[in-house]
Amino acid sequence: MAKSIEFDALGLPPEAESLRGEVREFLDAEIAAGNINPNNAGGRGSFDRAFSKRVGAKGWIGMTWPKQYGGHERSYLERYVVNEEFLAAGAPTQAHFVADRQSGPILLQHAPEEIKADILPRITRGECTFCIGMSEPDSGSDLFAAKTKADKVEQGWRINGRKVWTSYAHQSDYMIALFRTAPPTKENRRHGLTQFLVDMKKPGITVSPIPFMTGGHEFNEVVFDDAMLPDNSVLGEIDGAWKQATSELAYERSGPERFLETYQVLVELIGALGDKPDLRGAEGVGRLVAQLNSLRRMSISVAGMLAAGKEPVLEASIVKDLGTNWEQALPAKARDLAAFADVEPSNRPNFQDVIDHATMIAPKLTIQGGTREILRGIIARGLGLR
Amino acid sequence: MTSADPIIVETTERIFRDLADPQAINSADDDAWRAPLWTALEEAGLTVAWLDDALGGGGASIADGFAIARVSGTYAAPVPLAETLLAAWLLGRGGIEAPTGRMTVAPTRTKDRIVLDADGRLVGSVHQVPWASASDHMALIAAQADKNVVALVETGACSVIAGTNLAADPRDEVRFDGVTPLKTAPAPEGLGERGLRLMGAAARSLQMTSALEAILDLSVDYAGERVAFERKISKFQAVQHELAKLASETAAAMAASGSAAKAIGDAEAFDDRTFMEVASTKVRVGEAAREGAAIAHQVHGAIGFTEEYVLHRFTRRLWSWQDDFGSESVWAAEIGKMICAGGPDQLWATITAA
Ligand SMILES: Cc1cc2nc3c(=O)[nH]c(=O)nc-3n(C[C@H](O)[C@H](O)[C@H](O)COP(=O)(O)OP(=O)(O)OC[C@H]3O[C@@H](n4cnc5c(N)ncnc54)[C@H](O)[C@@H]3O)c2cc1C
Repeated sequence: MAKSIEFDALGLPPEAESLRGEVREFLDAEIAAGNINPNNAGGRGSFDRAFSKRVGAKGWIGMTWPKQYGGHERSYLERYVVNEEFLAAGAPTQAHFVADRQSGPILLQHAPEEIKADILPRITRGECTFCIGMSEPDSGSDLFAAKTKADKVEQGWRINGRKVWTSYAHQSDYMIALFRTAPPTKENRRHGLTQFLVDMKKPGITVSPIPFMTGGHEFNEVVFDDAMLPDNSVLGEIDGAWKQATSELAYERSGPERFLETYQVLVELIGALGDKPDLRGAEGVGRLVAQLNSLRRMSISVAGMLAAGKEPVLEASIVKDLGTNWEQALPAKARDLAAFADVEPSNRPNFQDVIDHATMIAPKLTIQGGTREILRGIIARGLGLR
Repeated sequence: MTSADPIIVETTERIFRDLADPQAINSADDDAWRAPLWTALEEAGLTVAWLDDALGGGGASIADGFAIARVSGTYAAPVPLAETLLAAWLLGRGGIEAPTGRMTVAPTRTKDRIVLDADGRLVGSVHQVPWASASDHMALIAAQADKNVVALVETGACSVIAGTNLAADPRDEVRFDGVTPLKTAPAPEGLGERGLRLMGAAARSLQMTSALEAILDLSVDYAGERVAFERKISKFQAVQHELAKLASETAAAMAASGSAAKAIGDAEAFDDRTFMEVASTKVRVGEAAREGAAIAHQVHGAIGFTEEYVLHRFTRRLWSWQDDFGSESVWAAEIGKMICAGGPDQLWATITAA
């Protein structure tokens, strides 16, 4: 109920704000060098290993991790600032984003020491890319229906099966995957799944593209055909992956990437309306900015809770649900608001292109990383309804 | 900003819980509850908490006063507590001592202006002033030449055309017609009618947030009790998802109103940053109120549409509070004008400035 939801007002600390200046300087230099296309602001940032290495050299990957593993022991709020500045600028972060947000923290918690010592420092240098192998043809929202099998054999684990929708599998060095190690039990249908670290270079792994409706290539099918993994690729408890998933969700769901993916639309809309918008345009922009401002406040508040060692799973789901719905609706709203504005080609050349792109990618925003319906189920559980 | 003093929060909660239970008030035959509630709030020093001790107030921090407003919303505040607090705050800005009794503030709408003429008389009229007809005094921002002044006026000396909002609380027109204020003082630099509206918008947003929490709790409880088709309605996924949306809207209101209170507490003046934060809040909380009240009613079915059931004490206030101190549309247009004037390249800097 209301008392179980927490969104304390939180300002960013001075060290985070001074870091913002540094990040902007870095991004300005990258833009000047032609490495970032500012028209890609939001989710169009692409995969660029060289860029990720420069980010790693700045100390902005694995910022919150222990120094022992190449991390920088900085706060979640500092990481928040780097993240939102990169998103707003359209920086090509895909070669390190997943490892930084998700895979690294999983390894930190669950990987054997020798794996941590080997891989984590490489992630922080921007040299090591990760993908997520959860979804399968018959297992999407219902992760516990996963069938891809890991059989214990003498030399380690033998993997057979198929993952789909695996973003950037074709560019990744490693995958963190969910495999079936035992059948579910009568009492617990979540039992029997185990998290694994998969070296994508191992024989028996075939990656093939699944083109997006927009023509882009991010999705892949990953087929495992007697692929062999060593014993130390097990992450955490065998058959007990379901216990490990919850705390990750708070990191994964609450960041500014959950509402800034179509941000450039708002920038273009303001350009299209000009400095003296009609009342309808002004009110429309004002509402959008007010909504964005409140999403940002919520996301910062969750970052603060993470920094304080809490597990704000309910709050994170709320941020993702509100945030993705907002960014999804943005292109259509901008289209309506700009309908009577003088959008000359010379005025703002990118308006149409940006809106078209955002309109096409909008459907995925409330599917990836847990659908709207699944999130609302989690929120309902937080309210004690399930 | 320092956080609110827990003793003040507890005291406010205790008084409302003991003397203003929404269900009891809803069932009451008359207004007999009103006087004891007000007396208790006044005796605890809560009504003028924001005024300096030296001026007869409680000397509480900005955070404390907003915390009082926040608690009052949980009980759908049937008294002009937020209004009196705001009036005391405004008087304090002018160094004017607060009288006892109920107070309110004006102007609360963009288009209303009050002028203090060369002879020291008030001219103009203001509309939809909360609780004016039930107030003893009003604290005003008035224009004198090109300066702003804070003025204290006796409500009885003005012509008050009584009206009500849709929660049946007073929303009145007040005509000044040359009334001489009891006291006037120059307003501090940077405080004008917009500053007063921002302060009011923040206080109202906090009350609305608490009212949203209240209807969320009522709705979740009700869904857990009501049975249809041999199941609790809370077991229907459609109902669960509507309640999840209500919770998310409530959460957005919590985050927004909390940060508005913090922004004012931290700010030196009502500058553009404070404006962005508080105006955004009133927009977002107003939107949450609209969406949230609709969901709460849908989940309750017919019972929620009765006079007897307590839900309307909150939803009717949520609807009417949307209009107080600037509606979503009014503030959104002001934000949009500022953002567009800054141009697309300034947007990110503005959003991250606060
Ligand atoms: C752009 C993009 C990138 C992705 N990248 C990856 C990746 O890198 N790795 C990876 O493993 N996966 C990835 N995914 C897959 C993603 O996690 C799944 O698409 C998502 O979990 C939903 O699964 P599904 O597509 O099978 O849909 P389904 O689960 O079949 O759902 C279809 C519809 O039914 C609804 N539904 C399902 N269950 C319920 C329920 N209990 N109650 C109410 N409604 C329900 C859903 O909300 C949805 O609307 C990606 C997806 C997208 C769009």
